[in-house]
Amino acid sequence: MNFTNRDIIGISELTKTEILHILKIAKSLKQKPQPKILEHKVMGSCFFEPSTRTRLSFETAMERLGGKVVGFADPGVTSAKKGESLFDAIKIIGQYVDVIAMRHPIEGAARRAAEATDKPILNGGDGANQHPTQTLLDLFTIQECQKKLEGLSIALVGDLKYGRTTHSLAQALAHFNAKLYFVAPDSLQMPGYICDELKNNNIKFSIHQKIEEVINKVDIFYMTRIQGERFADPMEYERVKNVFVLNAKMLEKAKPNLKVMHPLPRVNEITTSVDKTPHAYYFEQAENGLYVREALLGLVLGKL
Amino acid sequence: MSESLQKNKLLVTAIKDGTVIDHITAAHALKIIRLLNLADHNKRVTVGLNLPSKTMGLKDLIKVEGRELTEEEIKRVAILAPEATINIIKNYQIAKKFHAEIPDVIEYVVVCPNPICITNNENMDSKFIVKKEKNNIKLKCWYCEKTFPQEEIRDYKNN
Ligand SMILES: Nc1ncnc2c1ncn2[C@@H]1O[C@H](COP(=O)(O)OP(=O)(O)OP(=O)(O)O)[C@@H](O)[C@H]1O
Ligand SMILES: [Mg+2]
Ligand SMILES: [Zn+2]
Repeated sequence: MNFTNRDIIGISELTKTEILHILKIAKSLKQKPQPKILEHKVMGSCFFEPSTRTRLSFETAMERLGGKVVGFADPGVTSAKKGESLFDAIKIIGQYVDVIAMRHPIEGAARRAAEATDKPILNGGDGANQHPTQTLLDLFTIQECQKKLEGLSIALVGDLKYGRTTHSLAQALAHFNAKLYFVAPDSLQMPGYICDELKNNNIKFSIHQKIEEVINKVDIFYMTRIQGERFADPMEYERVKNVFVLNAKMLEKAKPNLKVMHPLPRVNEITTSVDKTPHAYYFEQAENGLYVREALLGLVLGKL
Repeated sequence: MSESLQKNKLLVTAIKDGTVIDHITAAHALKIIRLLNLADHNKRVTVGLNLPSKTMGLKDLIKVEGRELTEEEIKRVAILAPEATINIIKNYQIAKKFHAEIPDVIEYVVVCPNPICITNNENMDSKFIVKKEKNNIKLKCWYCEKTFPQEEIRDYKNN
């Protein structure tokens, strides 16, 4: 397995063995910090679209390994505004830094960026396309709280049609023989091409409209936000909005090991009453983004 | 003209030397002519649109006099009309007949239907991975990773 100089653009480019290796490294970094391994290395933090969590966790990950960070958090400050191509921008930044973490609103931007420079690109989200570090931190978190990845029952809930987070997670879970429950309003169910892929991989899944149908069966309840703008009919949104809310009372008969996850930010789809239950795990999940990003930085820079 | 119309087979005038592109997916002949600049010379080009076909329902057909398509051009025909048959005519006879084979990777020509794909937002070539399933062809964009059935491709670029 050689990660040195590799671009991390999408989760599907990583084999099961590679994923497990990244998770192992992330775990060791969580247990034992390595504050010096990236000394004298510089990360370009190129955020062509605003993001707080992803950007800050990439940047702190680099700093915690002893590296330095340069970059921008808002494309308004770059020459992209003057019409410079992404290709030129990344080519030049690649001459200054050792690794680039980027987010861009346009789909395929990370792949394009990887063609512009020899330095490794870590994709922190390219529009609705890929966001592999999110999937890796999700897998890390599942493994951490369940002590295993194989054979778990996992509910993916909310906007399954447009949410790239749940698409990538479902695809990645196909490596680990999960039983999947897709809980969403009809109009926001998992796209057919993902279901076909899962069928081809012999992954069992079932379709549900209500949280109550699955909450007592699963090991992981992965909630995502349903956004009003996805609905042509505002009445439909009003109806659905209140059905897809998780509160503490609904967890009374859940399995003791059930953990609730969410990519955050949450608005009101998980009430704060859940925070105090032993099932809440979304803040730990967000923290884990740090270790997974540290692992990737160390790996692609050849230091881990 | 009226005489040739009566003859079902040689719908338009016979050519001595040249290329007949037959079994073109209906509505694609004009795109092919534009894309390959087939009319960019003073030789005769005849086009049949929406001709009845036993196997395809309707088909288009192009006859180009005095020009044998290059391999590169044949690839491009295949991208637009994967069922096309190429007939090379020499001295009024069909000297060669073959199917245009769609390449496994298409690195130009096709415009990604996804408006928020990087290929539509930056001056660059597109790239598609061709997935051939039984009798349908799907193209997966190398950049935005969306997959489109061949029929959903609306635009082609001459590059
Ligand atoms: N000399 C020619 N000038 C112009 N067109 C020609 C000439 N010879 C053949 N063609 C055309 O080329 C195409 C293929 O001719 P062919 O005689 O092989 O017909 P076919 O048996 O229907 O072939 P296929 O099995 O490919 O449909 C037909 O459209 C025919 O009209
Ligand atoms: Mg025929
Ligand atoms: Zn595309």
